[in-house]
Amino acid sequence: MSDGKKTRGPRGTVTINPELCKGCGFCIEFCPSGVLAFSDTFNDKGYHTPQAARPEACTGCDLCGAYCPDFAIFGSLKEKVVA
Amino acid sequence: MSRVNPVNQYLRMDRMPHIWCSGCGLGTTVNCFIRAVKDCGFPLDQVAVVSGIGCAGRVAGYLKLDSFHTTHGRPIPFATGLKLANPKLKVVVISGDGDLFAIGGNHFIHAARRNMDLTVVCVNNFTYGMTGGQLTPTTPIDAISSTSPYGNFEEPFNLPFLAESAGAVYVARWTTYHVKQAAKSIREAIQKNGLSFVEIISPCPTLYGRRNKLGDGLAMMKAFKENSSIVNGADTRGVGMDFKGKIVCGKFIDREKPSFLDMYHATMSERFGPFYECYEGVQ
Ligand code: SF4
Ligand code: SF4
Ligand code: SF4
Repeated sequence: MSDGKKTRGPRGTVTINPELCKGCGFCIEFCPSGVLAFSDTFNDKGYHTPQAARPEACTGCDLCGAYCPDFAIFGSLKEKVVA
Repeated sequence: MSRVNPVNQYLRMDRMPHIWCSGCGLGTTVNCFIRAVKDCGFPLDQVAVVSGIGCAGRVAGYLKLDSFHTTHGRPIPFATGLKLANPKLKVVVISGDGDLFAIGGNHFIHAARRNMDLTVVCVNNFTYGMTGGQLTPTTPIDAISSTSPYGNFEEPFNLPFLAESAGAVYVARWTTYHVKQAAKSIREAIQKNGLSFVEIISPCPTLYGRRNKLGDGLAMMKAFKENSSIVNGADTRGVGMDFKGKIVCGKFIDREKPSFLDMYHATMSERFGPFYECYEGVQ
């Protein structure tokens, strides 16, 4: 790790609650950073749910959270780690 | 780090998952509303939500605010009473196109005429979802519904034009694709005195989308993205919608006029002078 102020790595985290998801795909389509993709697994209701395929690209913008009609996903900023 | 969705505190989580279909825009509209309430600066116990009947009528039941699920078409009269009896409240009506403009059409017109201190958010999905996909006053020409199986031939309402003509002081339209702008408009509408109106074009994939071969909710959202243009301040006469046509979005009207309560207080103060006391001290 460098001793500069900037640290590399994801700025945000995306949290998914698969049991609320209805697999509409809004979050996957409209995430501006291409973080999300459908997983191969189903939830209890039989929907394919999203997963963070490229978590390192997440900015924590929470657009996924704003789009999700089922309140099943949200983004948050990572707590800053000061080196 | 907290792993709880920050919107949960505004929702009755014991009622989740909600009944709305996969890809329905109602949940997205609720998200926009929650963000607007968060940003509007009013304490949560001073914001009340009133809904009518229909899929959009469920909004009131899912929000953890003082909320009222009223009879069909009547959220505006309920909201009017609520506001007049509790002038400190910010009262927001969230309901559908059928509820607000067919059954409740007259109430909307008169609330706008009086400039009643309410915010009306109409989730317009062009159909009656809960009752089986019938034609509403906003169903576009040529669209198929369960009561227009050969295509609609009735002229639909242009809601922003209707709202402006009837007297609303704030008029905006967005789609559920425009989450940021919709949240901002709902916030501005809540902060406005008098009747503010926000139309949210929303997908109903189950009934409207399926009958009209528009695909699932995601396909409808992509169509909103492709077919919409943002023209703030557009002349509302020109923002009517065609089947699969252009959707003009934006903030169309933001004007100042004395509201119902302003006029009430002014008139009573003039008539009764020092004998008039403002109800609950709200001017
Ligand atoms: S937007 Fe919500 S319901 Fe739709 S796929 Fe993503 S997490 Fe699931
Ligand atoms: S928070 Fe933003 S960047 Fe991260 S997954 Fe959600 S939409 Fe994508
Ligand atoms: S019927 Fe239409 S409006 Fe009602 S929940 Fe389903 S998609 Fe939404």
